Amino acid sequence: MPQKSITVALAGNPNSGKSTIFNNLTGTRQKVGNWPGVTVEKKEGHLKANGYDLTVVDLPGTYSLTAYSIEEVVARNFILDEKPDVVVDIIDASNLERNLYLATQLRELDTKVIFVLNMADVARERGVKIDADKLSELLDVPVVFTVGNKNTGTRQLLETIISVAKSEVELPRTRRVYYGKDIEKAIHELSELIEEKAGSKLPYNIRWVAIKLLENDRIVKERVRQFTNPHGEAILQEAELKRQGLREFFDEEPEIVMTDHRYGFIAGILKEVLKTVSERRVDISRQIDQVLTNRLLGLPIFVFFIWAMFQLTFSLGAYPTGWIDAGVGWLGQTVGGILPDGLFRDLIVDGVIAGVGSVVIFLPNILILFFCIALFEDTGYMARAAFLMDKVMHLIGLHGKSFISLLMGFGCNAPAIMATRTLESEKDRILTILINPLMSCSARLPVYILLAGTFFGAKAGNAIFSIYALGIVLAIALGRLFRFTLFKGEVAPFVMELPPYRLPTFKGLLIHMWDRSKIFLKKMGGVILIGSVIVWSLSAFPRQVQFSKDYETEAAQIRAQYGASIAAAKGDDLERLSRERDKAISTLETVQAREKIEKSYIGRIGKVLAPMFAPIGMDWRGSVAVLTGFVAKEIVVSTMGVLYAAGADEDEKSEALKVALKKSDMTPLSAYAMMAFVLIYVPCVATVAAIRRETNSWKWTAFSITYSTILAWLVAFVIYQGGKAIGLA
Amino acid sequence: MNLSELKEGQTATIVRVGGDGHFRRRLLEMGFLRGTEVYIEKYAPLKDPIELILKGYHVSLRVDEAARIQVENLRGRE
Repeated sequence: MPQKSITVALAGNPNSGKSTIFNNLTGTRQKVGNWPGVTVEKKEGHLKANGYDLTVVDLPGTYSLTAYSIEEVVARNFILDEKPDVVVDIIDASNLERNLYLATQLRELDTKVIFVLNMADVARERGVKIDADKLSELLDVPVVFTVGNKNTGTRQLLETIISVAKSEVELPRTRRVYYGKDIEKAIHELSELIEEKAGSKLPYNIRWVAIKLLENDRIVKERVRQFTNPHGEAILQEAELKRQGLREFFDEEPEIVMTDHRYGFIAGILKEVLKTVSERRVDISRQIDQVLTNRLLGLPIFVFFIWAMFQLTFSLGAYPTGWIDAGVGWLGQTVGGILPDGLFRDLIVDGVIAGVGSVVIFLPNILILFFCIALFEDTGYMARAAFLMDKVMHLIGLHGKSFISLLMGFGCNAPAIMATRTLESEKDRILTILINPLMSCSARLPVYILLAGTFFGAKAGNAIFSIYALGIVLAIALGRLFRFTLFKGEVAPFVMELPPYRLPTFKGLLIHMWDRSKIFLKKMGGVILIGSVIVWSLSAFPRQVQFSKDYETEAAQIRAQYGASIAAAKGDDLERLSRERDKAISTLETVQAREKIEKSYIGRIGKVLAPMFAPIGMDWRGSVAVLTGFVAKEIVVSTMGVLYAAGADEDEKSEALKVALKKSDMTPLSAYAMMAFVLIYVPCVATVAAIRRETNSWKWTAFSITYSTILAWLVAFVIYQGGKAIGLA
Repeated sequence: MNLSELKEGQTATIVRVGGDGHFRRRLLEMGFLRGTEVYIEKYAPLKDPIELILKGYHVSLRVDEAARIQVENLRGRE
């Protein structure tokens, strides 16, 4: 039986069109996850062709295969350890020289390689013609032409993959980079030593191991130690001696000289395969950038794009959001009507449906937001945005690309944190994630509107604005603090390619949008479900509460009181009396609900925690409100509605709640302290789930929760006590 | 002179990339080799980073990073 399953790894430079080729090959049958132990995205797709099952793995886009960046390590380890049947190197034909650098490194590994010259049409437009036969001959590698965004060449690539995978031919051992007499001598001697000491123990190409040892590659050194015991140290010592000799001879690090040789080898190939057809270059991309990164227009246009993105997200998103809201409400009512009264119904309706509903409602916004992000990325504008904003972000110790994520935080932190995937450096990514919740999301706005509207009157707008500004100032301060403490060490260099603008494919955009949204729905769904059920349980139990008075009887009394007069009344009077009766009963029910929540577990927890909240000007009701806000920040408002006497379905515009708040012992100062607390304290459960997922670490998740809550308390304390000290209370 | 002293529209030839190991290696791999021509396409609106063209592609670099690249044979408009 011939081998029926084939594993294909897609390698290539960033922006080489790799993900388009991947989409063309696998369509929507994709699985997105993380590489084990790291937060680099792993994409895998499956397809059947000619009776073979193909698994296509999209390796991270890299410029090289050294051990410096995590993406490179991941890509290289996959090729070394999983031994895919074929490695397909996607080469941007319009940028052949730099793309061939990775190709020469792939050729040094013992693996079957196919070169894909992608976007040769763009190269031709630029007046460059590539002689594929010559290239194939020079490097002993099959070459296939594709145009990713027109989906041409996919079939031929597939045929080539299958024929190469099942061919038994020896891997070509000639046509390799020649590193010059002295380095070649060192490689040769080191190879012989390895062969002699441990040849059979190392599962890798020996020449490649020798090259990597001369380049001082930390991971290969580690593996040599591991595989060639007890000769590992001897081999490494010999390699170090050779490195020293070469360093003295060249007056330069050997790996630098070797990089030079690789490019020299490439230059030789280019001379033979490249034909300049015409010198006239029509570079549309460059002309677009004359406007989009223009000194005067660049920033205003960027601001406009961002504004348009938010407009689209929140105004267009408002329609489906409304439908989902109505749908969830309808579902709650219907299910509530079907199920018998009792604990199970409450759990399903108030816990599960309401809790998950409050998150699903974000889905339209998230889909639109991710569509815009995919559009920015797939066209190449994201790199320009980073280029424009890098100066500003660098002040906080961040990368230009962090800007988009932080800005999205003002809408909703959960997708904003997921958008940090576009950052290449893990340090930048985690730092951006940590300060992201300080961007005040739209769910916190109702809380501000309620509190500021109640206590600051005409100055409410200024108060709210100052809270947003407080978040930004804290983000800058903490960004710098974390950068110089937790993330010490060199900042990743801003060597960022500005790829030519490309027309994205609609299919590609949809796949990218859906990949991320799916994560939001699937992974968050579980955590949010559990979180909502926990908060619901805490407020629903214990079931039997010892009420201070008999509400049932009192309600019956009210009905009886009005009963007689309503029966006698007519017309307007009847209506007025019915309204009065309903109002009296609903007031009574609210009082009961308040007592119930006061005596529930969450109420008891709030009372236990109250002494901790007292120094920042909040009583037990405030503490319960912020506790329930963990599910979603806007819930703080409805909890306050219940606890401060109005009806449970209060919103921030409700006059009754405002009046009740004014009558309580809250002051403008304590209200402001509470606003600051709500801004900073533990992000909502959806955001925490996003942090957990994107940092891939419970440690960072715990850190984020802890630091934000402590910081929130400290800031509120300074505001409240400081304000009292200068006589603001 | 170093790359960060160049103005928009000027071209120069790379002599040497300085800085620490990681940075140098990364730049070399991206094609910042001795003898390579670099063209200054533009400075970002906030004067940092710089957009360069070398080996037929566009790449950006912060000003303090460009300052670590020695160049010679400056030409192009003043």
